[in-house]
Amino acid sequence: MHVSANPTPPATKKRGTRRRLLASAALIAPLALSACGGAQPGGATAGGFSAWTLTGSQQDAFEASFEQWNEANPDQGISAEFFANDAYKEKIRTAVGAGNAPTLIFNWSGGTLADYVANGNVVDLTGKVDALEDRAIESIEQAGEVDGAQYAVPNNSTQPVVLYINEKLFDEVGVEPPTTWEETLDAVEAFKAEGIIPFAVAGQSQWPYLMWIQYLTDRIGGPEVFQAIANNEPDAWSHPAVAEALTRIQELVDAGGFGDSYGSVVADANADAALVHTDKAAMLLQGSWVYAGFKADAPEWYEEGNLGFAPFPTVDGGAGDPANIVGNPANFWAVSADASEEEQQAAFDYLNEYTLNEESIDKFIELGLVPSTDDAGEAIAASEDAEFLDYAYGMVQDAPNFQLSWDQALAPDQAQELLTNLSQIFQGTVTPEQFVDNMNATIK
Amino acid sequence: MSTLTAPVSPPPAPARRRQRRTTTDGPSYWMLAPALAFFTVFALIPLLGVAVLSLTNWDGLGTPSFAGLANWQSVFSDPVTLHAMWLTLAMTVLTYVTQAPIAILLGVFMAGSQKYRAVYSVLYFLPLLFSAAAVGIAFKALLDPNFGLSNAFNVPWLSQDWLGSTDLVFYVLIFVIAWCFVPFHSLLYQAGVKQIPTSMYEAAMLDGAGRVRTFFSVTLPQIKYTVITSSTLMIVGSLTYFDLVFVMTNGGPGNATRILPLDMYLTGFRSYQMGPASAIAVILVVVGLVISLLLNRLGGADKMESQQEGA
Repeated sequence: MHVSANPTPPATKKRGTRRRLLASAALIAPLALSACGGAQPGGATAGGFSAWTLTGSQQDAFEASFEQWNEANPDQGISAEFFANDAYKEKIRTAVGAGNAPTLIFNWSGGTLADYVANGNVVDLTGKVDALEDRAIESIEQAGEVDGAQYAVPNNSTQPVVLYINEKLFDEVGVEPPTTWEETLDAVEAFKAEGIIPFAVAGQSQWPYLMWIQYLTDRIGGPEVFQAIANNEPDAWSHPAVAEALTRIQELVDAGGFGDSYGSVVADANADAALVHTDKAAMLLQGSWVYAGFKADAPEWYEEGNLGFAPFPTVDGGAGDPANIVGNPANFWAVSADASEEEQQAAFDYLNEYTLNEESIDKFIELGLVPSTDDAGEAIAASEDAEFLDYAYGMVQDAPNFQLSWDQALAPDQAQELLTNLSQIFQGTVTPEQFVDNMNATIK
Repeated sequence: MSTLTAPVSPPPAPARRRQRRTTTDGPSYWMLAPALAFFTVFALIPLLGVAVLSLTNWDGLGTPSFAGLANWQSVFSDPVTLHAMWLTLAMTVLTYVTQAPIAILLGVFMAGSQKYRAVYSVLYFLPLLFSAAAVGIAFKALLDPNFGLSNAFNVPWLSQDWLGSTDLVFYVLIFVIAWCFVPFHSLLYQAGVKQIPTSMYEAAMLDGAGRVRTFFSVTLPQIKYTVITSSTLMIVGSLTYFDLVFVMTNGGPGNATRILPLDMYLTGFRSYQMGPASAIAVILVVVGLVISLLLNRLGGADKMESQQEGA
C-alpha cells in the first residue's frame, strides 16, 4: 500500500527500507534492554537471596563465606555482587530508596543506617541473630544499633586506626616513637632536619585527614565531644576540644609535620604507605587495612622488621582515655525490608551460622585482617602476622571507646561538609573558628 | 538527530496517501520515530523530572516532599555553589583561551603536506583515544610528588604539590583538559582547512601574500564555521567537564576545583540533597542551551551555507 513520490518505486528499495528498519530495531533492542537491565537484585536462584558487597581486601573472605553457604544450601544460594567502594555507596542508596535493595545490604552503620531505619528500609534484627551477636566483640556489635535496636551486624574484620612506624628511620635518626604531643613535635623537628617527611598523609583523598581530627578530639575532650555532634546538639562543634584539635593540626602542618606536598598524595594507590616503606616518611596514621599492603608491596623491607606500630600519642591535660581508638569497628550487614520473608529467613540463617564463623575468622587472619570476634586469640597467635594482629586485636579489646569514623557516623551532607572544611584546615585556608562556624551550620 | 532528518539518498521513502503532507520529498517522518522516542525517554522526560525534583526535598530514600522555590534560593545564596559558578566561568574562559589557538595551529599544520605530517598527526591524535577517566588516573600518578614524573626523570622541580596546592591545581586541570581535547578540535580544523580550495592560496600567492598574511586573510576566514562549531563544542563542553576533575581532584583541595557539574554531583550523590542538585542541573542545561544558541546566532548559522568559492 505504500505510495512513493518516486515514480518507479523499485522493489529493492522497499526491501532496503525494511532492512534498515530492522537494522535500527536491532540496534535499539539491546539499548532498551540495558536500560532496564543492570543488576537484578531479585535475580538470585529461586529460594535464595542476594548480597551486595565490596571489592578489595575483604572480597576473598566474603566469597569464601558465600561459597560455604552455597555448598551447604544449594537450593537457597546467595547471588553476590561486588562493587568498588564509591560506586557501591552511590548505587546502594538508589537501590534501597527504589525498593530494589539486595537482601543483604553491606553498610558502615552510622548516619546512613539511621536513614535506612528512619525510612523503614531495613528490618529490626533484635533477637533474630543472637548466635552471631554472641560471637562478635560487644563494642563492635553495638555499633550496629539504632535507638537501642539491632539493625545491622558486623560482617568482617575490625579496622582500628594505627600509627605505623618506620623503625629503620627511627633508629637512624635516634628518636623514640612519640607518646605525647610534645614528643611528636620533637620527632618532627628531628626528622625534618634529616630531610625525612615525619608523617605521611594522603591529602588528595581527604578522608585520611579525618583520622587526625578524630584522635586529637578524643584525646583532648573524650568521646562525649563527638557524641554530642552526632546527636545533632546545637552548637556541638563549639566544644573547645574541637578548636584545640584543629589548632594542633595546623601547628603540625606549619611545623612541616606532613612535608610540603601531602595534598597530592593519593590513598587509593597506597602512595602514603609507599612513602613509609621507601624510607621517605617516618610515620603513617592509617587504618589496620594497610598492614597487608605493606607486606605485599614491600616484602623485603617488611622482612627486615622495619615496620612498627604505636598508639596515637596523648595530649597533656586531655580528658580522653589514651586507650580509646578510632576507625571502623567493622562493616555491617543489614537485611532489606523489601526482601520476601523467605529471603529474610534464609539471610538470618546465613548470618547466624556463617557470618564470622570459625572458617571466616581463619580467612581474615590469613589475609592479615583483624578479627571482630571474641575468641580469636589462639588463631592469631598461630598466624604468621601474630605480632601485628595481636597488637591491633588487643587494642580493640582493651579500648573503652571505639569511635566510628566521623564521615560514616554523620549524615551524608554533614560528612561531605566536614571533609571539605577539614581539607581547608590542612591547607590553612580556613581558621579553626571558621571551621567550627561552618560545621555548626550543618547541625539540624 | 540532524543526520536522520537531513535528506539522505536514497531519496523518497514511502509516504502515506491519507496523510496530507505539504512536502512530499524527504523521508517519512516515521523514520524520526526511533530517535524521537529515545530523545523523549532518555532526555526530555528525565529533564522534566529534574525540573520537578528541583522543587522538592529528597535524600534519595523515602518520598520527595514539595519545597517550593527554597532550593533555588539556597542555590543562589550558597557560597559553595556561587564559588562553583565562578570557577566554571574561569574554567570556560581559560580552557578556551588555551585550546582554541593551539587547536587551530595544529589543525592547519596537519592539513598541510609536510614530511612526516601523517606520523605527527597520529601522535597528536592519540589522547583522543583514551577515556577521560584513564587520563585522569594516569595524570594523578604522573603528578605524584614522590613517585611520579619527578622521580622517573630525577627532576626535583617537577616535584610540586600539583594537586594539593590551591594555587596550582586549577591550572594543572586546565593543562590536562587541553591535553585531552585539543586533538579533537585539531581534527575539526584539519578537515576545515582541507576544504579550502587551493586556488585561493594560489591567488593569494600571486598577490604576494606571505604565510602569515595568507593564514589571516585566507585560512581563518574560510574556516569561520569550523571555528564556530569548535567554539560551541569547547564552550558548552566546558560546562560539563566532570570525569577528569572528579578523578583527579574530586573538587579538592577544599573547594578549589569544585566546578558546577561536580558541585551538582557532590550535592546530589555525596550529600544526597537531590533538590539543590537538580536546581544546579537545570541551571547547567539552560546556560548550555543559551550559549550554544547565541553562538549559532552570532555566526549566522541559520543560513549556514557554504562560502567557499569554486569548491
